[in-house]
Amino acid sequence: MRPRLPTPLLAGLPARLPSLLSGLLLGLSLGLSAPFAHADNLPEIQRLMKQGQMPQALEKTEAYLASRPKDAQGRFMKGLIFTEMGRPADAIAIFTKLTEDYPELPEPYNNLAVLYAQQKQYDKARTALEMAIRTHPSYAIAHENLGDVYAKLASQAYDKALQLDSANTGAQSKLSLIRELISTSAPKAPARPAAAARPATETVRPATPAAEPAKPASTPPAPAAATVATVTPPARPAEKPLEPARVDKPAEKAPEKAAEQKPADQNAEADIVKAVQGWAAAWSRKDVKAYLAYYAPAFQTPNGQARKAWENERAQRIDKPGKLQVGVEDIKVSLDGDKATVKFRQHYSSASLKSSTGKTLVLIRSGGKWMIQQERVG
Amino acid sequence: MRRTALAIVLMVACAGGSAIPGAGGRPPSGATYSDSGPAGPEPMLARILAEIEKNRLDNALLQTEALLRQYPNFRLGHLIKGDLLLARSQPIATLGNAANAPQDRLSDLREEAVVRLHGYRHKPPANHVPRYLLQMQPDQKHAVVVDTRKSRLYLYENDTGAGGRPRFVADYYVTHGKLGAEKMREGDKKTPVGVYHVTSSLSTKKLGDFYGSGAFPINYPNEWDRRQGRNGHGIWLHGTPSDTFSRPPKASDGCVVLANSDLDALARNLQVGLTPVIISNEVEWLSLDDWQRERTALDRKLDEWRSDWESRDPERFLRHYSKDFSTRGQTLEQFARQKREVNASKQWIRVRLENRSMFRDPGKDELVVVTFDQEYSSNNLNNRMKKRQYWIREDGTWKIIYEGAA
Repeated sequence: MRPRLPTPLLAGLPARLPSLLSGLLLGLSLGLSAPFAHADNLPEIQRLMKQGQMPQALEKTEAYLASRPKDAQGRFMKGLIFTEMGRPADAIAIFTKLTEDYPELPEPYNNLAVLYAQQKQYDKARTALEMAIRTHPSYAIAHENLGDVYAKLASQAYDKALQLDSANTGAQSKLSLIRELISTSAPKAPARPAAAARPATETVRPATPAAEPAKPASTPPAPAAATVATVTPPARPAEKPLEPARVDKPAEKAPEKAAEQKPADQNAEADIVKAVQGWAAAWSRKDVKAYLAYYAPAFQTPNGQARKAWENERAQRIDKPGKLQVGVEDIKVSLDGDKATVKFRQHYSSASLKSSTGKTLVLIRSGGKWMIQQERVG
Repeated sequence: MRRTALAIVLMVACAGGSAIPGAGGRPPSGATYSDSGPAGPEPMLARILAEIEKNRLDNALLQTEALLRQYPNFRLGHLIKGDLLLARSQPIATLGNAANAPQDRLSDLREEAVVRLHGYRHKPPANHVPRYLLQMQPDQKHAVVVDTRKSRLYLYENDTGAGGRPRFVADYYVTHGKLGAEKMREGDKKTPVGVYHVTSSLSTKKLGDFYGSGAFPINYPNEWDRRQGRNGHGIWLHGTPSDTFSRPPKASDGCVVLANSDLDALARNLQVGLTPVIISNEVEWLSLDDWQRERTALDRKLDEWRSDWESRDPERFLRHYSKDFSTRGQTLEQFARQKREVNASKQWIRVRLENRSMFRDPGKDELVVVTFDQEYSSNNLNNRMKKRQYWIREDGTWKIIYEGAA
């Protein structure tokens, strides 16, 4: 099963704009690098698209695909270009084929749904979105789109029930098109003008690839493993899971539970729990600086993104208006020397979204301080 | 929990008390329901509701979609589907959450949901029969009994092998008059209450789509109705337009309307000119013992009347007639005088009654409609006729208040 998306992405979801093209979701969700390895021309194509030069963008894309006809990224772009050119049938054909070749990718399903919804084929849109969510249960854009599709379908059902004709009053579909696959090699896409107001918000789902270490069979070759995190298996008695500790007195319970453990480990566990809670607290109060300070210099950014770009993105996502609450529960620590794997339930709550997901942080001890080296869902 | 709101609404709606004595919701054993096999609309609705109650909304939606595949024009099904879809994106408060929906249509569908589920859960009680079906004549294969309050039509078979005991066959959801029952005047949008029968079968081709797959007029106003000053005409049993699976419980101008598939099933059992259609506000159910007792008492009364006629003693004969009796413009007095004169010339009279039927009227009066073939012979006159009498309860006994050729 595919892992859930990390909540940072969910937190960063944009309000959907009326424009079909506004809902950029940039970045490739797979942990696959091979089909997207030669994405050199993609920034140029994106630039052309951004400038509205669709024929040129199409031409470049065709050229790009000529040497690698199977390339998901290029085909995805082509589907987008057709969409923008008002060629929905061609776009549907491309996205449909992509769902067949890469059934684990949610983005083509989502975009198929957007196109179907535009044609008022809400049942097909629903099926496509349900597929997107099947592959990515926490795929927030697909969820939101699906919510809209359900509402449309409900409205159609009500029309039949009550012999109404609300077709003429029905608002234009507001489903969000996803503009880009998330790719390890894909450069961070420039925000479109329409999306400038919420720049690159949905750009990347950090750590998603890391969270899906075993998805080999049906997909193209796995990435070079840069993002695949190995979960340290629990190996020592000392690694009994801790009870969830309270923020204000994190160490109180630990000594009882870990009475037989070495004092150093006891302290380590308490420190780790404290670090995780501090991290969540910083996030909750939108203290970006403090939040980022929990990430080790060696932090494996999602998709191998540049640290700076990743930090900017996080800052943008966290620093949004509205209340934010991140809570952790059921913290379980597996300790191995200077490395700790912490699993817990993360309760995320913002004005627009509530979610509860399993999360894993890998922390490393550096200079007596526990810092995050990997972050993933599941 | 927001999602159970719909279930609660439906449960509350359906908890309305059953007026059927001893109705445990268990169908009588051995009965068959042509509309309520596992794939009938009501069993499916009940299963959908059960899923909603358990908060298994995904299953509920799947089953609703299955329901709509089978009954694509089932508006109530679409309403529930709308709710189940909407529940995925926002809390729903009640059955039917369509924004800006016309309230009357919405409440129509809610009422339909309530009566359908009630009808499904409260089948006729086993070993009870509608009081009205005292006796069917041998060639009447079936009888129809309508309960307007429950929006239900019951089909009974004349079980001649069991002494003419009515045997439950099927029941169907029906629509009746917009303004209810007890029709009095033309255009009052009410359904008549009384004992009727199917008088003809109208060709659907001539009728147009509105009447669906068929139409069976009944004989409203009957003799009793006219005597009561009731008027109007054109009360039919008929089907629904092709884009409509069923109409709301109260929607017709007085007709009794069935889903086309139900009408088709019913039509196979209707005999033109013969099949009784008894329309009630609310069916009264009698235990078989009570039913038998009432039937025997009336049967005996009819035999007394017949033998008193044969006795040629006009006073014995006339004691069976109500003080309010009238026939063909004659009062009791005129009628009595004539009988006394006629009887004086008789040396002998023989009266045979065959093909008796006795149906109790569901209206306010204690009234029984008796129909039979009468073979009258005497020293100076032989006569065969089909006669109908209305017997009324008067001073603790049954008396004839009307009689005439049927």
